[in-house]
Amino acid sequence: MNFWNDPVAFIADWLSGIFAGWGMPEFWSNLLVFAIGIFVLIAAIMVVDIFLVWIERKVVARFQDRLGPNRLGPYGLIQPFADIIKLLIKEDITPRTADKVVYNLAPILSMSSVLILWAIIPLAPLAWGVDLNVGVLYLVAAGAIGALSIIMAGWASDNKYALLGAFRQVATMISYEIPMVAALLIPVMLAGTMSMQGIVEAQTFGEPGVWFILVAPLAALIFAISSIAELGRSPFDLNEAESELVSGYHIEYSGMKFGMFYAGELLHAFTFGGFWGILFFGGYSVFGLETLPGLQWLSSPFIAVFMILVKALVGYWIIMWVKYTVPRIRIDHMLAFNWKILVPLSFTLIMLVAVLNKLLLGYGTLVYVAGMFLANVLLAIVTIMILGAYARRQRLAEEAALQIPARAAGD
Amino acid sequence: MPNPWVFIGLFIIIAAIIPIGAIVVALILGPKKPNPIKQSTYECGLETVGDSLVQFKAQYYVFALAFLIFDVEAVFLFPWAIAMNKMPLYVALEGVIFIVILVAGLVYTWRKGALEWV
Amino acid sequence: MTAEQIIQQILFFISAALTLGSAVMVVATRKLIQAALWLIVSLFGVAVLYALLDASFLVVVQVVVYIGAIAILFIFAVMLTQRDQRDKGPQLNKSWVLAALVGLATFGGLTFLVSSWTGFGAAAAPIPAGTVDMVADLGTALVSVDQYVLPFEVASVLLLAALIGAIYVAYNRK
Repeated sequence: MNFWNDPVAFIADWLSGIFAGWGMPEFWSNLLVFAIGIFVLIAAIMVVDIFLVWIERKVVARFQDRLGPNRLGPYGLIQPFADIIKLLIKEDITPRTADKVVYNLAPILSMSSVLILWAIIPLAPLAWGVDLNVGVLYLVAAGAIGALSIIMAGWASDNKYALLGAFRQVATMISYEIPMVAALLIPVMLAGTMSMQGIVEAQTFGEPGVWFILVAPLAALIFAISSIAELGRSPFDLNEAESELVSGYHIEYSGMKFGMFYAGELLHAFTFGGFWGILFFGGYSVFGLETLPGLQWLSSPFIAVFMILVKALVGYWIIMWVKYTVPRIRIDHMLAFNWKILVPLSFTLIMLVAVLNKLLLGYGTLVYVAGMFLANVLLAIVTIMILGAYARRQRLAEEAALQIPARAAGD
Repeated sequence: MPNPWVFIGLFIIIAAIIPIGAIVVALILGPKKPNPIKQSTYECGLETVGDSLVQFKAQYYVFALAFLIFDVEAVFLFPWAIAMNKMPLYVALEGVIFIVILVAGLVYTWRKGALEWV
Repeated sequence: MTAEQIIQQILFFISAALTLGSAVMVVATRKLIQAALWLIVSLFGVAVLYALLDASFLVVVQVVVYIGAIAILFIFAVMLTQRDQRDKGPQLNKSWVLAALVGLATFGGLTFLVSSWTGFGAAAAPIPAGTVDMVADLGTALVSVDQYVLPFEVASVLLLAALIGAIYVAYNRK
């Protein structure tokens, strides 16, 4: 077996060989190799997470016409390590009235609910991690654990602001989970599988073999919006509306426990960028170039990992772009936007894609892709027109209501 | 190993151990000087009044109810979406009927005014 | 038995004990939210049992529907109740002896029935790896005309009835 073709299997074989040499039974050595692999993967993710802090601070600075961290090391690269040391030596303050067990469990659960998502991310064509046949629902399940950790943090802190922030956040999360699940149904429908590996392969080697962003751009948009809400980031960051709630569910947390919530949020955003890339932008594929003759070397696992990290970073950058550009919206608007626009729209989209997918598949790739794309765009335009008409009617009604008493007073 | 949940179980355990490790290290390294003022509930510089477990409005409950129903619906739709690739057109229409029936529920909730926040 | 089977047995007993123990805590604890959190632990234990059986779809559905939706609904419902959530009354009433006897009798009867089943000690047949996608089979069964398409559509009507009923009861606009 060649190291360059499948480095993980190569190293795993090498390690099992060593353990077998020590007289370890095959079952235990397999388990140990798994554990080492997972530990290395999670450690690598944590290192990426440390640099995400730097990226986040640098990018927000640029959006706000500042420089960001630039004192420690070149471009302030050592800054996140200084932050970590500071978090490590902070005093850990627990409120007297807090429920100690739940209070301490919440930040751990929050971080783990993000980390476990990496178990199913296909980093390369060879099944690294696990090729779970219900991968898409696993993503939703991990989100449920994340919502739970927020409720636990809010309740255990025994603080009105924390509780209020937690409940607002969870109400948002569960509401926006409906359009997210609906948007997730569409890649599943197109690929005919729930496994992440299968979805990536369907976009490169499948029947039409195009990225799902071309076939279902509206689903990609709905997924992006609802995942931003799921992350609790601006414009959906009501949970920590500073002017009303101070900082939401993690108000009573300090030191490393707060750090877990913070790092978990950043990593969550990065991970969702990755899932966006996997579900709609071909995952680790290099723009489908590796299917061409002579370019087979592009399917090397090293390039694949590089591609997925780049796509995740681009997704993360878009989430930051939205966060630092759009102001926070009111909670009633936020929920109305979800239940009255996104939910009906996503259900309509599922029905449209389901029927069109069956009708158009026999007419060649070009007709199929163009038809699906146009149907999506048409649905988006119709939605915007309905919304525009509704908003105009409401505006006219309010103007009429305002003008009549004003005129009566003037006369 | 045939069962993928062995891998995921290990992953979950290690993904819990690493944050626990970080928090424990911080507990060891950080100073420990608790006092009653420091450990009181934080509230913008004011003394806390009353119980923190305030009563919430019924609207949260209504949204959670609607969410539960549509979540179960989505769970039913996933096997349908997978099977659709291999099946003829009428299968897609079965799913469409399924969704239309539930959209009627959404319309009812909407008309009843239960989707308003205030 | 191989090492794998022994470990599976141990994991089964741990998760069964976790499920039952936290189920007892649900009724024994005095704080309502803590009861809801113990319920979540219990539901998670059931998910682990499914995982041990390699029933991937049921594992994720258990977590998504029960922990992600029903438990959250419980917690929201608890927050709707009175401000003082601590139950101060006695946790047992007068007929607890009778209830315990009925419970024990039911348990004994079920144990007797299960122990008389011949397949009790036999190992389960292994699932052929990589040949079947059980979720796809489930989907095909749900939509095939000669199989379960009617229950599939009726499930939708049932969900509709549940939604309308719940909204009607929970929401009374004045």
